[in-house]
Amino acid sequence: MSLLEIKDLNISYQTRKETIVASRDVNFVLERGEILGIVGESGSGKSTIANAIINLIDPPGEITSGLIKIDGNELQNKEEIIQKIRGKKIGFVFQDPQTSLNPLFKIKDQLIETIKTHLNLSYEDALKKSINLLKEVGIDNAEKRIEDYPHQFSGGMRQRVVIALAISCEPDLIIADEPTTALDVSIQFQILELLKELTKKRNLGVIIITHDMGVIAETTNKVIVMRHGLIVEQGNTKDLLTNPKSTEARSLVISVPPTNKKIDRFKLISPEGKEITSSSANLTKNIIKTWGIRENSNQKLLKVSKITKIFDDSSLSSSKKINDEIAVKAVNDVSFELFEGETLGLVGESGSGKSTIAKIITGLVRPTVGEIEYNNLSLYDKRKKYQIHKSRGQIQMIFQDPYSSLNPRFKVKDIIAEPIKFFQKNISKQDLNQNIFDLIDIVGMTRQSLDRYPHEFSGGQRQRISIARALATRPRLLVCDEPTSALDVSIQAQILNLLKDIQDELHLTMLFISHDLPVIRQMCNRIVVLKNGLVCETNDTEKLFNEPTHSYTKELIRLMPKIESLV
Amino acid sequence: MFVVAFVSFSLFNFVGDPVNSMTGEDASDERRAEVREVLGLNDPVYVQFSRFIGNIVQGNFGISYQLKREVSDLIGERLPATLELVFVSAMLAIIIGTILGVYTGIHRDSFLSNVILVISLAGVSLPTFIIGILLIYLFSVILGILPSFGRGEVTDLGFWTTGFLTTSGLKALILPSITLSLFQMTYVIRLVRAEMMEILQTDYIKFARARGIKNNTINYKHALKNGLIPVITITGINIGTLIAFSIITETVFQWPGMGSLFINAVYFVDIPIMSAYMIMVAFIFVMINFIVDITYYFIDPRIRLKEESS
Amino acid sequence: MIKKTFNRMYDTDIGYSFFNSKIAIISSTVFFIIFLCSFFAGLVAPYNPFDPASVSLMDAFTPPIWSDGGSSSFFLGTDQQGRDMFSTMIYGSRISLIVGFASIIFAMLLGVFLGVTAGYIGGRYEIIVMRITDVQLTIPTILMALLVDGIARAVISRSMHDEMAIYVLIFAIGISEWPQFARVTRASTLVEKNKEYVSASRIIGLSNVLIMFKHILPNILRPILVIATIGLALAIITESTLSFLGVGVPPTTPSLGTLIRFGNNFLFSGEWWITFFPAIFLVILALSINLLGDWMRDALNPKLKKR
Repeated sequence: MSLLEIKDLNISYQTRKETIVASRDVNFVLERGEILGIVGESGSGKSTIANAIINLIDPPGEITSGLIKIDGNELQNKEEIIQKIRGKKIGFVFQDPQTSLNPLFKIKDQLIETIKTHLNLSYEDALKKSINLLKEVGIDNAEKRIEDYPHQFSGGMRQRVVIALAISCEPDLIIADEPTTALDVSIQFQILELLKELTKKRNLGVIIITHDMGVIAETTNKVIVMRHGLIVEQGNTKDLLTNPKSTEARSLVISVPPTNKKIDRFKLISPEGKEITSSSANLTKNIIKTWGIRENSNQKLLKVSKITKIFDDSSLSSSKKINDEIAVKAVNDVSFELFEGETLGLVGESGSGKSTIAKIITGLVRPTVGEIEYNNLSLYDKRKKYQIHKSRGQIQMIFQDPYSSLNPRFKVKDIIAEPIKFFQKNISKQDLNQNIFDLIDIVGMTRQSLDRYPHEFSGGQRQRISIARALATRPRLLVCDEPTSALDVSIQAQILNLLKDIQDELHLTMLFISHDLPVIRQMCNRIVVLKNGLVCETNDTEKLFNEPTHSYTKELIRLMPKIESLV
Repeated sequence: MFVVAFVSFSLFNFVGDPVNSMTGEDASDERRAEVREVLGLNDPVYVQFSRFIGNIVQGNFGISYQLKREVSDLIGERLPATLELVFVSAMLAIIIGTILGVYTGIHRDSFLSNVILVISLAGVSLPTFIIGILLIYLFSVILGILPSFGRGEVTDLGFWTTGFLTTSGLKALILPSITLSLFQMTYVIRLVRAEMMEILQTDYIKFARARGIKNNTINYKHALKNGLIPVITITGINIGTLIAFSIITETVFQWPGMGSLFINAVYFVDIPIMSAYMIMVAFIFVMINFIVDITYYFIDPRIRLKEESS
Repeated sequence: MIKKTFNRMYDTDIGYSFFNSKIAIISSTVFFIIFLCSFFAGLVAPYNPFDPASVSLMDAFTPPIWSDGGSSSFFLGTDQQGRDMFSTMIYGSRISLIVGFASIIFAMLLGVFLGVTAGYIGGRYEIIVMRITDVQLTIPTILMALLVDGIARAVISRSMHDEMAIYVLIFAIGISEWPQFARVTRASTLVEKNKEYVSASRIIGLSNVLIMFKHILPNILRPILVIATIGLALAIITESTLSFLGVGVPPTTPSLGTLIRFGNNFLFSGEWWITFFPAIFLVILALSINLLGDWMRDALNPKLKKR
């Protein structure tokens, strides 16, 4: 008898305008000791199925038909019955450990409460069990830490507490909805190892929902690929990843940046299932004509020397405090150079200071100490005020979040026109329009989109508009701060290809910031590795990946989930 | 506090001419000079200000222009009436408001919730004085069961006069305190409801449900404790607002408290009373804020632990 | 054409929510009827209560038309001076609405300006502005308005005061309500300021003024609108309360609050209508605005969207 069996499950969301089918005729089984991965792009309905199993779908969604069986018993759609199964039979792990725990209750109270709800134990026994659970999920000094409140734990530790809560009543099935998306690579590795270990030791069935093919490759036995609520392919993880049959699965697998080699452009799968190599940029020569021909001089374009940033306004007043050990340095004595035409990667985990460096270069944040030279001109004056006229808009930035990087009250046309008008005050209406057309063509969007508002576009399309806006000032240096980390993997491949095309044609220099090592490997010529604001290592890309010297770099490369691990 | 003192001082000194108010427009110049000397108006400003502060600390607020009596005596007579009224109203508003707010927040779509909400909206739209008038008309004029003005019989405890100890005193409290609390109560209901609804959407509530915790435990333990945090804040603001609105209630019910004293002072430009009232109210506000901060410290571990670690 | 515009309005989420909420439709209709009546008071009201020729003391204390002694010429009766209740109320509501709108616009301009600049510029300026806001927020509206009024009475001579009264009142109510706007605006500005489109504008090199008022302001109008609506109801209530206490508009230009104040003196002698009708009228006005604001808050809050 299977641990979990799902038969012809249909779930739909009834909205005012339409009925969205979040799950259509979904069938699968899960055995004890198995880890099943459910993968798909955003909106594919993977989380909905997880919520359906414990009957926690947000309204107006509802199960319209189908069967969910646990150990052969059909799950009733009744709140009282389901409540006894939640936590007891099925443990659940959410994505964000920061918000999963009630901030006003001690860890102890939350654990004991759960245990006493489902198991017939005395308070002392429940306490003892709780301490053992914390030890089991790898929390040191459990007797003492159990008295702490959630905010006293770090992100990774909190996720361990969440897992302890999920397994506290000896469930047979664990459902983890993007359990490591909010965590850094090294912590992700530990959490996934913990889940694997628990699966083996307790003979659990585990469902991991993720968008990350690397996680799938390294942890799961079986995998389901979903798209628009349909299972498009399922099977053994190794078979599916090495030999995907459906277009969707092939598209997912092929778009993943390889970790072991550098490729020129990502391959893409067209909806008909054909492979296409070159994709997006349909460059008009117009833009090069208006910009003038640029040559790559390979000269130094940007020089960052010894910048340090301390985010504590009180210490800004006295410059003596800078050497103070207590002050947290978001960026600590960082120096690097950027040569025209190259792409330099800044890589690091959260808190490494990589985004702060981008903000200092673009003038959004002032450095506490240090200097930045663009084209041999200092960008900050003596009073650390940004001299924006020195760069004349030639430093532009692409942002991480496509949903907040465009002003929702502006039409696309106005978003692109604003920087053009700002730099060419007397531009004629005709030239302006021609300019806008050229830019929207370059990024592979239709001219009809100019009259629409940002909310009418998908994340990938918005990122293209963002690129068009950045190009409107005729930049020479493009700072890309995690430009694809909010995007699905196939869209990421398209945007990265677009960036490469634009760079080649327009001879741009790029500073590419990411936490994602495979992406960095595909995009950059040289890489700077950062940790806690300090530079660990700077080297050419291939050298760095093949012979890392710094121990932290070695660790990062060892721990990154590799889709090739199975091949 | 200091700022308030300074404002009242400037009010006292520069706004209008106290000599005029004391002596009348047609007093002789000698009489004026004499009064100026008595009041110390010929001293430099800083001397006057420090004397002003010194007087306040000793509880000396000067003499009312209109009533020609010590302001501190006037306030001492009337303070108990206002504080009793505010105390009863605050209790009513917070206790009933919180209970109804929690109920409507949890049972969002129930019939009773909707009824409560419609009533509460009507409550926000009903100016305090209209509530008072309607209650008087209903219970005093038509039914004739409750008094429409005054405090009833009060017991004098020497330093304090209380209406709590006699039936007529308690009866007299009913209408004014309902009038005063209704507006605030509706405010509390809506705030607590909004807070509860927001909390019930959070991830940790969803996670608690995914652990199979019973709905009642989630609603009344997990959500309620988080939902009560803003109630502390409102309680502070609430009492301040109640003191202000007691001005209206006291006028409608001819309640012999500080509010009616103040409104008369505004009407007759009786600056000593106005400034004394301001200082008293500011003092009460500062005290309330202090108490609120302390309560926060005990309820929210995040604040408590941040302070300890730093 | 009209149908097309209607359809487009209906198609937006807010339009849909509006046309499917009975409360929103009814309350906005009531509000606009009152608004139009008071705006065209000269046309709507059967008498001009401030024209001595049309008022006769002989008609004083006429009860409403359905009571004994009611007269068909005054269907809601007359007050102690023989003025037609209905006409006085219409004219009174005009004063109430003028004061309400003017003071809320005053409060909004001041509060939004300080809120946006404080939120965007930050630093010491923000600390000062927000400290003032906090202090003033703890002082209840009515008390603040009373104080301003009290000071104004002391500064301005009595003869001038009646003329100036309405401006003093607008200033007093406005000055007591701006912190609400400042607080909400600043909070929203802080959220918007950290969005990447603002960073993008800064990198392009746009001036701070342009970023604050062209980019950020249009994105934070929704919460401001909600505060303004609820604030309008509050301003009208405050105005009538002050007038009721006798420190609002002078008796020569009575607002709803003044009418209730006069009427209250006759409550015990049985002439209930003089105070009752203006009171009900005021409540209906405030209630319709509050209901509208309440609906707006829910409809504009993306978090509570029910679909």
